Amino acid sequence: MSFEPVVLFFLLGVAAGLARSDLKIPSSIYDALSIYLLLAIGLKGGVKLAEHADAGMLVDGAFIVLAGALIPLIAFPILRWLGRMNRADSASIAAHYGSVSVVTFSVGVTFLAQEAQAYEGYMIVFLVLLEMPALIIGVLLARHGQGTVKWGKLLHEVFFGKSIFLLAGGLVIGYLAGSEGIQPLDKLFFDLFKGVLALFLLEMGLVAAGRLADLRAHGAFLIGFAMVMPLIAGLLGTLVGWSLDLSVGGTLLLATLYASASYIAAPAAMRIAVPEANPGLSIGAALGVTFPFNLFVGIPVYYWMAQTMHRIGG
Amino acid sequence: MNTPNRLLLTIVCEAVLEPFLEQELPALGVTGYTISDARGLGSHGRRSGAWRKEGNIRVEILCDPELAERVAEHLRREYEANYGLLIFSTPVRVHSA
Repeated sequence: MSFEPVVLFFLLGVAAGLARSDLKIPSSIYDALSIYLLLAIGLKGGVKLAEHADAGMLVDGAFIVLAGALIPLIAFPILRWLGRMNRADSASIAAHYGSVSVVTFSVGVTFLAQEAQAYEGYMIVFLVLLEMPALIIGVLLARHGQGTVKWGKLLHEVFFGKSIFLLAGGLVIGYLAGSEGIQPLDKLFFDLFKGVLALFLLEMGLVAAGRLADLRAHGAFLIGFAMVMPLIAGLLGTLVGWSLDLSVGGTLLLATLYASASYIAAPAAMRIAVPEANPGLSIGAALGVTFPFNLFVGIPVYYWMAQTMHRIGG
Repeated sequence: MNTPNRLLLTIVCEAVLEPFLEQELPALGVTGYTISDARGLGSHGRRSGAWRKEGNIRVEILCDPELAERVAEHLRREYEANYGLLIFSTPVRVHSA
């Protein structure tokens, strides 16, 4: 198994955080890096989509979203009854795990490049589609018919929050421009991508290090959940990818999407819609455990799952 | 001489509340405010500000005591239970407004 060097930047960030280094990425740079990554991923997907768009994708997309909706519905009872967590925390964490992480997906893409493995470039469309439904399901689980939800504010945050907005915007621009039209932007958005991802991972490492203390206070159950849940969701993704006839690369990316937990869109949406849930728990689990777990263990495991599934399933 | 009985009302809260405040403050009668990014330590833990969702904001409003009371009461009712929120005021002399 080859090792993807960008993930080492994450470790460097964690080390800096734990050692209390004075390393700090100013929040405006963090914002700029995340804007860049979201646009670059959207553009790349849009260009691929222009080459491949067909009606069958809509059916695939619907199936992928429906199957993905199972993830928060599996996570919630585990948290609520096995973990004995309260309803709000269980629902909020379930929403984080049902939603997806763009950066984990990006690391999956660089992993495939390292392995010289092709994948369906339009996977990015599914990334956009999968980000939202779990957030809505999370809110419904939290409320269960009780209490009021600021739906207007929540939907505004979900659709116009920068992550969906920039991803979808990049997708449309990439689609309209096509691979030739996008060429003048190649150098900035495609060639520099991996370097920017490395810087972003450095920052994520710093933030994750700060989250570990939060998590230690909440015991072994949540840490175990944060490692087992991605494996369950990754297996689901592998089965769905294989049944839709995706390539090994595409199946790995779908498994990675299912397995990843959101720590940008979901925390903001849950803070607004389910404010009584403790954000330390969900972000601590998603960013402190699941994100590094997927980087170092999950993605190679999902790759193995995808290869095995294609070998035995044909 | 400037009006003596002006208050500087300061609100320190989670950055995620900013869009709410932008809508609600004018509705309460606030005609102007200043918002800046903030970080620090409090009963909700360390708010490093290194990450947008983890940051705080500081909102400063120059107003009369009645309005300050109205704003504080509204914010406490809506947000105190579930969000990090600190509100205080101090009398100030305004030199230019």
